[in-house]
Parts: sequence; C-alpha cells; structure tokens
Amino acid sequence: MLQTITKLASLKNFYFFCGKLLPWFAWPTLILMVVGLYWGLVEAPADYQQKDSYRIIFIHVPAAWMSLFVYMVMATSAAASMIWKTKASEVVANSCAPIGAAFTFLALATGSLWGKPMWGTWWEWDARLTSELVLLFLYLGYMALQSAFEDKRTAARATSILAIVGVVNIPIIHYSVEWWFTLHQGPTVQLLKNKQAMDTSMLIPLLIMATAFKFYYVTVLLMRSRNEILERESHSKWVQEEKERL
Amino acid sequence: MTLSEFFYMDGYYLYVWVSYGLALVVMLAQYILPLRRKRELLKQLGRKKKRGQRL
Amino acid sequence: MINNSQHALKTQLWRDFTLAARNKSEWMNPLLFFVFAAILFPLGIGPDTTILKQIAPGIIWVVALLAALLSLDSMFRSDYEDGSLEQLTLSPYPFAALVFTKVSVHWLLTGLPLILLAPLLATFFHLDGDATLILMQTLLLGTPVLSLVGAIGSALTVGLKRGSMLISLLVLPLYVPVLIFGANAVSASTAGLDISGHMMLIASLLALSITLAPLATAAALRASIG
Repeated sequence: MLQTITKLASLKNFYFFCGKLLPWFAWPTLILMVVGLYWGLVEAPADYQQKDSYRIIFIHVPAAWMSLFVYMVMATSAAASMIWKTKASEVVANSCAPIGAAFTFLALATGSLWGKPMWGTWWEWDARLTSELVLLFLYLGYMALQSAFEDKRTAARATSILAIVGVVNIPIIHYSVEWWFTLHQGPTVQLLKNKQAMDTSMLIPLLIMATAFKFYYVTVLLMRSRNEILERESHSKWVQEEKERL
Repeated sequence: MTLSEFFYMDGYYLYVWVSYGLALVVMLAQYILPLRRKRELLKQLGRKKKRGQRL
Repeated sequence: MINNSQHALKTQLWRDFTLAARNKSEWMNPLLFFVFAAILFPLGIGPDTTILKQIAPGIIWVVALLAALLSLDSMFRSDYEDGSLEQLTLSPYPFAALVFTKVSVHWLLTGLPLILLAPLLATFFHLDGDATLILMQTLLLGTPVLSLVGAIGSALTVGLKRGSMLISLLVLPLYVPVLIFGANAVSASTAGLDISGHMMLIASLLALSITLAPLATAAALRASIG
C-alpha cells in the first residue's frame, strides 16, 4: 500500500492514475446530477413557508459544502507538499484553487438569490456570509500568488504556506452559525436531530446533489491536475509519446 | 407538477432559475476550460517538436 | 551570562532600530497617512457629531489597517535585496526568533505610534474619553496581530518585483477578524454592552499570532530566498 502511494509521487505515474480514475468519477457525476436535479426540482414537494423558492437549496448547500471541502483538500495537499516535497501534491493543491473559488462564488451568488425572497435582502454582514466572502478572497489570493512567481518550485512553497495559514477561516465559517446568533439559519443536516427536521423527501435529493457535486469536483480536479502535469513535464519523453497517442 | 408550474416555481422563477442557470454556467465552464487547455497544451507540444526545440 | 542567541537577538534589534532611524520615511509615512486619511472622513461625510461618533471606531480601525498594509512591503525588502536576509537564514541562531525580533521592531515603529495617535483622531471624531480608552486597548491588542500576520504576507512576496499590491490581497482576508472585533468592541462599549468577549477574542488572536506567525513568516522567507 505504501509502495503504491510512493509510486504515485512521480508525476508520470500520477498522470496515468488520474486518467484511469476519470471515467469512474465522470459518469457517476452525470447520473447523480440528473437524478438529483429531477428529484429536487420535480419530485420533492414545495415547502410550506417558502413554496418553491427553497429549491435553490439543492445548489446552494452542496456548493457551500464543497467550498469548504475543497479548501481542506487544498490545505492538506499543501501540507503534504511542504512535508514530503512531493510534486503530485503541489499539482493537486494548485488545481483545487480555481474549483474552490468557483464553488464559493456559486454559494455566495445562490445564497444571495435565495436570501432576497426569504429574508428580503440580497446581502447581510452576518458571520457566515462574511467569512464565506473571506474564503473567496483566500482562494483568489492563492491563485494570484501562484501566478506571480516564475519558478514553480518557489510558487509551490509560497502558496502552500498561504493555504495552511488560511485554514483558520474554515472552522470560523463552519461554526459561525453556532457561535453567533445571526441571520443565516442553523446547520443544515443537524436539523435531522431536532423537531424542525428537514423532511426526508427534501433531504434525500439534497444528499444526492451533494454527492453529485463531490464526484463532479473530483472529475474536474483530475482534469486540471493532468493538464498541469503535462505542462510541467512537457520536456520529457513520455509526454511526447502521449502527444503522439492523442 | 405541471410543466408551467415547473417553470413558474410559484412566482419565484427569477430567483430559482437564475440560480440553477448560474450553477450550470459555472460548472460547465469548470469542465470545458480544462478540456480546451489540454488541447492547447498538446498543440503547443506539437509545435515545439516541429521546430526542433528543446521541449 | 548572556548566551549567543540572546546576543544575536539584541544585535538584530539594535541593527533594525538603527536602520529605521536612518530611513525615517519607511515608518513615518504610514503614520502620516493614518492621520490624513482619517481626517478625510469628517471632511467628506460632514461634521455631524452624532454620525462621526458612530463611525469613528470603524473608520479609525480601517485606517489603522490600511496604514499597516502600507508599511508591510518595506519590512523585509531592503534586507532581501542586499543579501543580509539570506545571511540570517544561514546563521546558527533560531531564524523564527530573529524574524520575531524584526516584526517587533516593525510594530514598535508602526503600531505603537498608532495607539498613541488614537486620542488625537478620537478628538476629530468627537469620540468620548471612555470610548477612546477602549479604542486604545483594542489597538494595543490588535496592532501586533496586524504586524505579525502582515509579516507573513510580506515574506511571501518579498522576492517579487511588484509584490506590494499582492500583499494587500493576501493579508486583508486574514485581517478581517481583528477589524471586526476591534471596531465592534468600541461600538458595543458605547452602547453599554459587555465587551469582555470581544477583548478575549482579540487577545486569543494575538496569542495565536505570536506563537505561529513567526514560524510561517520564517518558512515564507526561506521559500522566497529559494
């Protein structure tokens, strides 16, 4: 097992490994998305208070969950890069940033579009919204820092530090709704435990969409990672052979 | 749910469909951009090889 | 008997102060900016006392933040350019401690004067004595955090030619909690609310920064030097 992991540290092996995984994540993404969207938009009943506007939840909550999840993957890869100096983890961390930024933007935008009919305002400076906005800037800062360096090695070391330092924001986002009584509603899935639990007919499509988003994330991550590997290793023989093949 | 109910979303059609539309655009873009980048990269490699450059 | 490390740190301290004395503009300009920028707000918004009192904590804190940002680029740049930073990494003394000393000098020259200037600004905004005192306390706890966390951003970009704009983008997200708790502590105290929670949170941010920021800064400097 350890041998397989250490073999993966080589960019060439990692490239082909990602290639093999790709269909296993791409197809389920499509299937889960179709099922989840149908169930959420058509099958699930309308909410008693919010009527049909609540259906934004099937995009908003998965996007928000992913914005946090992707950052943790990015920070973990960054830590791995610093500790073991593996190039593969550098590649993964770099590939995570634009995807994470996209999810964060989506969470903020759909949240805003849901907030207007639900609370009457496009934006509020409450703890969760503010810290999610900060998360977007952390992602953008990572991308800006990365592109500022000419040498990829130096870039990787700098961005790894930034990613790790920014991790403090993640628990703030997650626990903000528990620590501060603010506008944004409480934790979504905890609503299972108390009486105002989310109905199963709504929870299931939500979980399906969340899973779909996860598979989607891995798909796109694999694609971006392979591209970065091609770019980094463009001088090597196996990349030339790959070019011939394609 | 009838088709017109589906599009009308109880009056919230603007909010719901712009949200889903944005999601579609963003997620499609995140899928297509790497695809195009890959094509670009392979083309670049082809050109470099032709010129006999050290890749 | 003073051991070698302590001597090294003292030498570092003395060196940084001497250099600062010779390059007064590096730390004086941000302070002047602090005062001028703060004055712009009453001029732009109007002299209404009630409004000025309300916005004072937020504005003074934001301007303090911006002044700190201005001063960050010069923290390591001159040492990086003449090679003395590289020499420090090669020295046998704990690099993080040397970094901490450097950051302390930075705070003493850019953060501490802000605290002392705060009563002046408070006067411009008609902020009363009690609120001013609270403001100074929040600045006392918060400005070191600005220097410590700002040092990380400065260290990450010291090797880049046009790093100064990038520093703002990197460091501002990390500054947000200090700003929120600092400014809100003053507003809350004016409203008569208990601010012990705010102060403790700023204090914990300070504790976190003192222990961890020098390590991150040291790592970032090493990465920049390559």
